[in-house]
Amino acid sequence: MSVGELKVPFVERAHRALNDRFLQEALNTATTRFMTLRHEAFQAFPQGEALRERAREIKEATLQKLDFYLEQLADNVERLGGHVHWAATGDEARGIILRLAQERGVKLVVKSKSMATEEIELNEALEHAGITPVETDLGEYIIQLAREKPSHIIAPAIHKTKGQVAELFSRELKRPLAADPEVLTKVARGELREKFLQADMGITGANFAVADTGTVVLITNEGNGRLVTTLPRIHVALMGMEKVIPSMTDLMVFLSILPRSATGQKISSYVTLVRGPRRPGEMDGPEEFHLIVMDNGRSSQLAGTLREALYCLRCGACLNVCPVYRQIGGHAYGYTYSGPIGILLTAMLHGNHAVRDLAHASSLCGACQEACPVKIDIPRMLIELREHLDRERIAPLAERLIFKSFARVLTTPALYRVLGRLGRLLQRPFVKDGRLGALPVFLRGWTDHRDLPPVAERSFRERWRELER
Amino acid sequence: MANPVRASLLVTCLVDLFYPEVGVAMVRLLRRLGVSVDFPSNQTCCGLPLFNSGYHQEAARVARRTVRLFAHSEHVVVPSGSCAWMVKKEYPGLLKDDPALGAQAEGLGSRTYELSQFIVKVLGAPDIATDFRGRVTYHDSCHLLRGLGESQSPRQLLRRLPGVELVELPGADQCCGFGGSFSVRLPDVSAAILKKKLENAEATGADCLVACDAGCLMQMSGGLSRKGSRVRAVHLAQVLAGSDSR
Ligand code: SF4
Repeated sequence: MSVGELKVPFVERAHRALNDRFLQEALNTATTRFMTLRHEAFQAFPQGEALRERAREIKEATLQKLDFYLEQLADNVERLGGHVHWAATGDEARGIILRLAQERGVKLVVKSKSMATEEIELNEALEHAGITPVETDLGEYIIQLAREKPSHIIAPAIHKTKGQVAELFSRELKRPLAADPEVLTKVARGELREKFLQADMGITGANFAVADTGTVVLITNEGNGRLVTTLPRIHVALMGMEKVIPSMTDLMVFLSILPRSATGQKISSYVTLVRGPRRPGEMDGPEEFHLIVMDNGRSSQLAGTLREALYCLRCGACLNVCPVYRQIGGHAYGYTYSGPIGILLTAMLHGNHAVRDLAHASSLCGACQEACPVKIDIPRMLIELREHLDRERIAPLAERLIFKSFARVLTTPALYRVLGRLGRLLQRPFVKDGRLGALPVFLRGWTDHRDLPPVAERSFRERWRELER
Repeated sequence: MANPVRASLLVTCLVDLFYPEVGVAMVRLLRRLGVSVDFPSNQTCCGLPLFNSGYHQEAARVARRTVRLFAHSEHVVVPSGSCAWMVKKEYPGLLKDDPALGAQAEGLGSRTYELSQFIVKVLGAPDIATDFRGRVTYHDSCHLLRGLGESQSPRQLLRRLPGVELVELPGADQCCGFGGSFSVRLPDVSAAILKKKLENAEATGADCLVACDAGCLMQMSGGLSRKGSRVRAVHLAQVLAGSDSR
């Protein structure tokens, strides 16, 4: 999503998404499938519940000693011959990667799927510097061809139907291709093989980084992660600082719940463990390995409202079950991370002003927390975020005044009663067949789609007098 | 009866103003079950809309007066999962700065019940005679289901009614799209979510879509009446009280 599009208010972006027939078809199919797969996976996994609790504890314990684990990780990566870089901001992270590439004369970069690199808009920066980035995850490849942004944490092209993908491939690769996922995958694979061999640098994210062994862990389903980390002579991994975990034993806990939550798999097709560059006598692996540990707003939330959001494994389960995400998809949110957790991450990365409207893009139904492998209390943090919007006067003045007067009404029973009666009078012209079908001003949106019941002729408190006996 | 169970009604603003018949049904039903019912008449709203929109100081003011209003109630019964959740789960936190009031809020929370939970857990799920007949399906309201962890009490009560057939609603645990001010802020997203709910409800062949939350009722019945559906959205209390509810 370009910045230009962000000028369109969120309500309007959501509205457009609702009216995009292709998006609706693609989204509905994919999110429903993910939801079902996840559900079935956990039903067949009775230990799942205890492991989720355990995973949550590990995350919390790690955050409490984050500096210790990060140092341990860095020491171990360096001991293995890798280089560790610290990036306080996204800008710094981008700068480090660009410098590494330029100093080494890199022309072509292959990438495996990484939200962290999306977060810092790395591809744009590389292109700007005359370096060609090639996305090698099928979904990422699709959206790179389409010059779009991912609309889902694990399924970046979830917003496209297979028909649209076939059209896109046919146009970009200049030959007619059928809307058959198998054919299209094969074509993409053919295109990508060449790139893997030509690339000088492979860039990945990190699903986990194990402190006591210095291992960077990548979880993928297409095997492209393996090629990105072994074929090019330089491997750069970019991780958010919260991705560190203490030990391999902890990794086992996460490996058992992450794929189940993401795609319903018992384990992903590939789990790649990277420990430094190629060592003498080894057959493959890069000559150089660089790990970039990025803060970019994270540490400021260690003691903040959004602390729990740092538990996030980026599995996407909360997106798939979110009634709002399921309707509008990821692009409408307007930022790298979408869905319920995306709202929190957007606030973390871009500040509270960025979520003035987004903070309300949730009915607080709680499905996200229920689905989250580490049970992040997203609804609670959304409510806290809304509280900040009022306290920091980011919420529109009119809204704040309305809610504050509303509070006055609710704490003054006489006023409450008078307003109830006033409502009864004011609604008269609008009542038809015992319902309100078309109301003006801020209730218009509601009655555009559904009826409202009128304020009752006699309120319960009025009827209570007869019931009292 | 020697010592009747006593319950104070927290009818909620939506029932008071828009669905008084739900309150009436609840009174008649509870009385039939031998409960002595009272209604502290200075009540307004539990403050949930304020709380959810982030107006926590204001919500705390509402909580403070509600806690005082129900200080002497033996039980408090609420015809709405979300309002019961607010009182039980959020009042104590909102009032924690004042230790005495915080403790009172904890106390109130432990004495407060959503209607179906009250009938099952406090009254011991007695047999209920109702002249209500028909095929019904049940929608889990989010706060009752995920906030209070309740999915069984309402179903148990419905299943035991002789003239009522309960059919499961596909996606019963999915949100109806109401979400309080959410439905006003993002009306078309809210309506799109509702659409799926109503399609599922209609596909069950049920005559009535039953819920335990006035918010969901407002959303679902608004959608059903707009599309001219033959399905009616009703509150559990109306089913249990039958024709007593007018
Ligand atoms: S918040 Fe939880 S469910 Fe959502 S992406 Fe992160 S780990 Fe997965």
